[in-house]
Amino acid sequence: MTFAGWFSILVCLLLILALTKPFGIYLYRVFETERPPLAPILGGLERWVYRLSGVDPSKEHHWTEYARALLAFSLFGVLITHFIQRVQHLLPLNPAGLGPVAPDLAFNTAVSFTTNTNWQSYAGESTMSTITQMAGLTWHNFLSAACGVAVALALARGFTRQRGQTVPATIGNFWVDVTRCLLHVLLPISFLFALALVQQGVPQTFAPNTAATTLEGAKQAIPLGPVASQESIKMLGTNGGGYYNANSAHPFENPTPFSNLLEMISIFAIAAALTYTYGLMARNSREGWAIFWAMACLCVAGVSVCYWAESKPNPALAGLPLTVEGNLEGKEVRFGFAATALFATLATDASCGAVNGMHDSFNPLGGLVPLLNIQLGEVVFGGVGSGLYGMLVFVVLSVFIAGLMVGRTPELLGKKIEAKEVKLAVLYCLVFCVAVLGMTAAAAAVLPHGTSTLNNAGPHGLSEILYAASSAAGNNGSAFAGLGANTLFWNVGLAVLMWLGRFWMMIPVLGIAGSMVGKKTRPPGPGTFPTDIPLFTALLIGVVAIVGALTFFPALCLGPLVEHFVALHGKVY
Amino acid sequence: MSTRSGSSSLFDRAILRQAALDAAKKLDPRGLFRNPVMFVVAIGAVLVTVEFLRGVLAGVPGSEPAWYTANIALWLWFTVLFANFAEAVAEGRGKAQAAALRRMRTETVARRLTGGREESVPASELEKGDTVVVEAGQLIPGDGEIVEGIACVDESAITGESAPVIRESGGDRSSVTGGTKVLSDRIVVRIGASAGESFLDRMIALVEGAARQKTPNEIALHILLVGMTLIFLTACVTLVPLALYSGIRLSMTSVVSLLVCLIPTTIGGLLSAIGIAGMDRLLQKNVVAMSGRAVEAAGDVDTLLLDKTGTITLGNRLATELIPCGDVRVGDLADAAQLASLADETPEGRSIVVLVKDRYHLRARNIHEIAAHFVPFSAQTRMSGCDLDERKIRKGAVDAIAVWVKEAGGTVPDGFLETAGKIGDTGGTPLGVADGNRVLGIIHLKDVVKEGIAERFARFRMMGIRTVMITGDNPRTAQAIAREAGVDDFVAEATPESKLRIIRNEQAGGKLVAMTGDGSNDAPALAQADVGVAMNSGTQVAKEAGNMVDLDSNPTKLLEVVEVGKQLLMTRGVLTTFSIANDVAKYFAILPAVFVAAFPEIAPLDVMSLASPRSAILSAVIFNAIVIILLIPLSLRGVEYRPIGAAALLRRSLLLYGVGGVVAPFIGIKAVDLVLAAVGLV
Repeated sequence: MTFAGWFSILVCLLLILALTKPFGIYLYRVFETERPPLAPILGGLERWVYRLSGVDPSKEHHWTEYARALLAFSLFGVLITHFIQRVQHLLPLNPAGLGPVAPDLAFNTAVSFTTNTNWQSYAGESTMSTITQMAGLTWHNFLSAACGVAVALALARGFTRQRGQTVPATIGNFWVDVTRCLLHVLLPISFLFALALVQQGVPQTFAPNTAATTLEGAKQAIPLGPVASQESIKMLGTNGGGYYNANSAHPFENPTPFSNLLEMISIFAIAAALTYTYGLMARNSREGWAIFWAMACLCVAGVSVCYWAESKPNPALAGLPLTVEGNLEGKEVRFGFAATALFATLATDASCGAVNGMHDSFNPLGGLVPLLNIQLGEVVFGGVGSGLYGMLVFVVLSVFIAGLMVGRTPELLGKKIEAKEVKLAVLYCLVFCVAVLGMTAAAAAVLPHGTSTLNNAGPHGLSEILYAASSAAGNNGSAFAGLGANTLFWNVGLAVLMWLGRFWMMIPVLGIAGSMVGKKTRPPGPGTFPTDIPLFTALLIGVVAIVGALTFFPALCLGPLVEHFVALHGKVY
Repeated sequence: MSTRSGSSSLFDRAILRQAALDAAKKLDPRGLFRNPVMFVVAIGAVLVTVEFLRGVLAGVPGSEPAWYTANIALWLWFTVLFANFAEAVAEGRGKAQAAALRRMRTETVARRLTGGREESVPASELEKGDTVVVEAGQLIPGDGEIVEGIACVDESAITGESAPVIRESGGDRSSVTGGTKVLSDRIVVRIGASAGESFLDRMIALVEGAARQKTPNEIALHILLVGMTLIFLTACVTLVPLALYSGIRLSMTSVVSLLVCLIPTTIGGLLSAIGIAGMDRLLQKNVVAMSGRAVEAAGDVDTLLLDKTGTITLGNRLATELIPCGDVRVGDLADAAQLASLADETPEGRSIVVLVKDRYHLRARNIHEIAAHFVPFSAQTRMSGCDLDERKIRKGAVDAIAVWVKEAGGTVPDGFLETAGKIGDTGGTPLGVADGNRVLGIIHLKDVVKEGIAERFARFRMMGIRTVMITGDNPRTAQAIAREAGVDDFVAEATPESKLRIIRNEQAGGKLVAMTGDGSNDAPALAQADVGVAMNSGTQVAKEAGNMVDLDSNPTKLLEVVEVGKQLLMTRGVLTTFSIANDVAKYFAILPAVFVAAFPEIAPLDVMSLASPRSAILSAVIFNAIVIILLIPLSLRGVEYRPIGAAALLRRSLLLYGVGGVVAPFIGIKAVDLVLAAVGLV
């Protein structure tokens, strides 16, 4: 660990902090006011979209309508994407003459992109035609992100709206939320971001492959394409599906330290800003900051452990006559330990599956951090929208468990937390736990298909399985690698996990929103449980850490922890 | 409250003995099923027992030695029994009280009036609407209302208060309770509740816990506990194949032990005991709650509506000061004031005599001995007094005294009316005193605020509860008293209907309102309030409308009610937090123990360095069971509530039960392990 390393981590986190308030205000004005700041430019386009699609933007949705719209929209996305992949050989823009994608892989990919996961069981260049990439996949990068933001807004409205503010109790209009997120947030920012990346040297071209001669004199064809535009929304929308297989480790996706910094900031930009937006919606910005700092503390803890672990050489090398500074396997030397550890932490704190180094090659405890981040529910800032609503579910649980300790029925922002909310919040946690552990157990020992494509044995192999299941159910999309996932078992299994982890968790969230929005708000007093103080931040961290850790500790014990202790004795897998 | 205070020692030997029996009876699966957490433990205990029996009887070699399986099975059963025991102790305390109540319900013969004739029927056959006659020395056969007569009634059986009370037909003192005894006279009572539904019956059902339903918050907490049980069930069941992958074959005993240690058995086992104990604590304070829901709501109250008269003030205006006019000596004024009040039997008049005696040391004289002629108060003169020899001493309304003095040829001194005005401004009542044509001074009559009430309201304020005083007085008087008593707000010139309106307004603002009441015209407001405490001395209608009855008829009892409600919620909260926090240590005890055989390298994870893997697991299971027993006193007594503000309270509780809950089991499990090793069991 070096001063420069810590300094670069600090700079990145401070920039995110600085961005939170102004961007949070912007998001608030986009979603919660009649006229967003860019309305003079984009208002006409927005109205045209509503007219064309027959949406009445003034009509708000009850939570069941909201959920129905979300599900219908997503189901449509899955079907159309699946269909395009299956008939891509009949469609134009297929220069390589690729055949139809296998049904299980097509299903997996369709679900993966619709659920903001971007898990890829395939290599893009050799499987998907240009039309499939464009018409089938890329638009999900925008829309799945917008859906996440919409659900987070719905939940925040459920908490913060006073009864009678909207009659009947509604939580917003799904179509308006998605459209505004797309037009006023994702498109303009990713456009500017893409320009910045181009300036840094990321290709944005329709030119053919470029040819290079390697040091050994071999000829290499490096594919080019509209990389910058794909890269920007990949980070901003916490999607993570890279243009190249090496993802953000590839020099064309992430050429410079500055582009690396920009990409890391963009992972958290929306998620961090949404906490401030939530504070504004709650008419008390400290409510937002309390959540922000809980996320920030967990993030710093993760980075610290990861950076510390990766600055140590692989324990298996101990005793060899080598001077090794740290664990450089699977890392880009240009990024080094700090930026790789930070990138891995941020991308798994959020549901962004992007990587700028290979998590599979991390030291056991270094690899534990991304894995645990996903298993905590990706609530450390988290995916766009999904991070906030996930954290708010933990807020509900924290308030319920600890709120009783002040001698009152637990309340959040003056609204009572009752049986229904607890039921839905518990369901939210249970779905994730059953999905991840069930799939891991099935793959590890119950069914023979799970381990057949595993590259590593022992605890490391278990980590790979656990990571795949967590990544899918957590809608992260990054892979520990080392696992051949393009099999019927993994394609279908992970697709089911992604579906569960997205919609079976979103629906309870919308249920909580619908139940909370109709509740009476009690004015706060000295006896009210405070949710805007550092003490609550500490409590929230404790609940997130304990609930996440308690659920997955046995599995982690058999995976990375055992691997760590065994590696100390010189045994590697 | 002498009759019940005997059982207030937390652990009565007889109750404990009965509870131990009941704990075993409660192993009935139908009952256990109502508590899913303990049900899971019971199933686990059965599974491990079967594992043990298979090994011993059928000779199937288990993966673990028999002594170990037997010990785990034993302690799992203890875990269930301890939880049952906690509930049984809580119920036992209620049952002891119910038995005392039930004794007086039996064998009452009622003298029913049918068409003017009188017939003797057992009290249990009385119907609602029957009229019965009760005479001195007889027990009143059922709850009802006096329709004829007046009587002195001994209600000590219900209230524990030995002084008899007067009950009479009409008005707010007409209700009588079955089981109480008429000491004098004869009354005719119209029965208001059929046998089995009387107040006494309901009280018995409540304290026995038979009528206990889960409260909303209890249900929500139950859902959380069930959810956590399911999560840990998933974690433990999936651990079997994960371990298999890693080459570890987990024994049934280990998996069940891990599961039982992780699921929230502490709070799951004590939850219902906490609820029963909460009701019981209220009863110790002589308040009967009609439902657990009401107790819970009491903890949430935001606004307290209080009648001025009888609650905040003593109820009568009392003389507090004598203010002489001009050069009059205060002794003369005291003398005159006493003479004018000697025959005045009103509370105000008596208070003047008392004041003069206490403050100016003039002993009361007998009006007949000094041959004075008493002049009673009349609405025309608005004065009273006495004629003694030539002296005509009068006290009365200030303007009436002024007129009287002028008519007698005297003058009203400067300052007399001003002083009177000032007293009026502070909410007091000035009484002028004159001797013939000479104005002597003013008696300051005041609505006296009860001693200690301001401190009580300050405590409410610290709890975050707003107090609102309701009075029929004019705003000026009301404000003065409100300031002195320290209430946050007041409503002057209130009518009975305005209470209902105020409650609705507060509730519309999202607040929970508590109030006390006794009259029939309070009934709508009592019913509307979230917590309505009816005075036992009040009417039947009021008692029906409220959700609590204060047997002592003490309106300031609300403070205790609120505190019990808060204690109830807090006790649940701290034990839930403690229970969850405990899991961290249990993981560190059990997981290294089950994995260390396959991966000896993970020994450093065993931070407690326990004697052996089996000792680690057994210690965790034993600790898990014992902690339930250790926490029974806390759950029955409740966590102490301190009105120090929610943030401070939270910090304290989190430190004590959150951080403490993480640390305590590390120490506890290590201690159990040391004992096990010392006795050579492991």
